[in-house]
Formats: sequence, C-alpha cells, structure tokens
Amino acid sequence: MASFLFGAAGFVLTMVALGLFVILQRPAEVDHMMAAQLLGTGGVAILLLLAAATETPPIVDVALLLALFAAFAAVAFVRNASSSEPEIPETASGG
Amino acid sequence: MKLAFDTFTVFFVSAGAFFFLAGTVGLLRFPDSLTRLHALTKVDNLGVGLVVLGLLPQAHGLFGALKLVSIWLLVQLSGAIVTQLIAGAVRQHGPHG
Repeated sequence: MASFLFGAAGFVLTMVALGLFVILQRPAEVDHMMAAQLLGTGGVAILLLLAAATETPPIVDVALLLALFAAFAAVAFVRNASSSEPEIPETASGG
Repeated sequence: MKLAFDTFTVFFVSAGAFFFLAGTVGLLRFPDSLTRLHALTKVDNLGVGLVVLGLLPQAHGLFGALKLVSIWLLVQLSGAIVTQLIAGAVRQHGPHG
C-alpha cells in the first residue's frame, strides 16, 4: 500500500512541476498567481498522500497550512491588483 | 476487509491522480487566462477531493478522518472564492493587472 501511495504522490508531483514550469514561462501576472494556486492545491494532495504512505500524521497539519497560505496569497494578490491601478470603464474594455 | 479498503483507496487515489493529469493538460492546451483558471481550479479541486476520499480508509481513527474532510472543505471553499476573485481582477484590469 505504501509503495502505491508513494507512486501516486510522485505522479502528482510530476504533474504539478510540469504545470508550474509551463505557467511560469507565460508573461501575464495572473498566470504567476495561478502557479501559486496550483502549488497550493497540488501540494495539499502530495502531502496528504505522503502522510498516509509514511504513516506520519503530523504531515497532515503541513497540508492544512499550505491550503491556508494559498488562500491568503491569492487574496493579497487581488487586493494589490485592485488598489494599484485605476479602474478601466466597461465600455473601453469592450465587456 | 482490509483488502476492500485498500482497493477503495487504490481506485479513488488513481482517479484523483488522473484529474491532476487532466488539469495539467488543460493548462498546457487552453488559449487564455480565464479558461486556464477554469482548468486549474475546478479540475485540481476535484483531484484533491478524490485523493481525500481515497485516503479516508487509511486515516487514523475518526479524528484523523474528520481532519482530512475538513482540509478538503477548506480547499474547496478557498478554491471557489479565489477563482471568483482572480477572474474578477482579470475582468477589471486585463491579464497583466
């Protein structure tokens, strides 16, 4: 069972790393924020799999903190974006 | 009984890993920021949900299982709210804001 869970954690880690690599190549800032979200969601899954594989329950707490920090990071990003620039009127942006 | 639990775990963790694969493929293939946001948050949250469901039989007692479920709830709630916030920021300022 443990080896299957390790394998699954490695697979999810590979997928997250591939996604991060691709996202960070893109120029838009919102893509960088998505990279942080991807690391948050994928990291939770990886840590939960590792906690079950190694039978180390404290790793679950690390996953909980990672989920919390990903949420805080996104809220900080959106607050920064909405306060730094003047609002573009709806008619100019074309809906 | 243990065999049944292990089969359950293998099935649902594999399904969750498949959804992470689907999310990454979506990130690679979709053309703009909003559709990529869609792939990232919805599909990966489904992956986390399936992984948590698969790990429930391996949890240490009722308390451990409840903790896994509450982490899943936190990820779902924050994922849904964060998606709306980021999409709203993209709509207001464009993808470079």
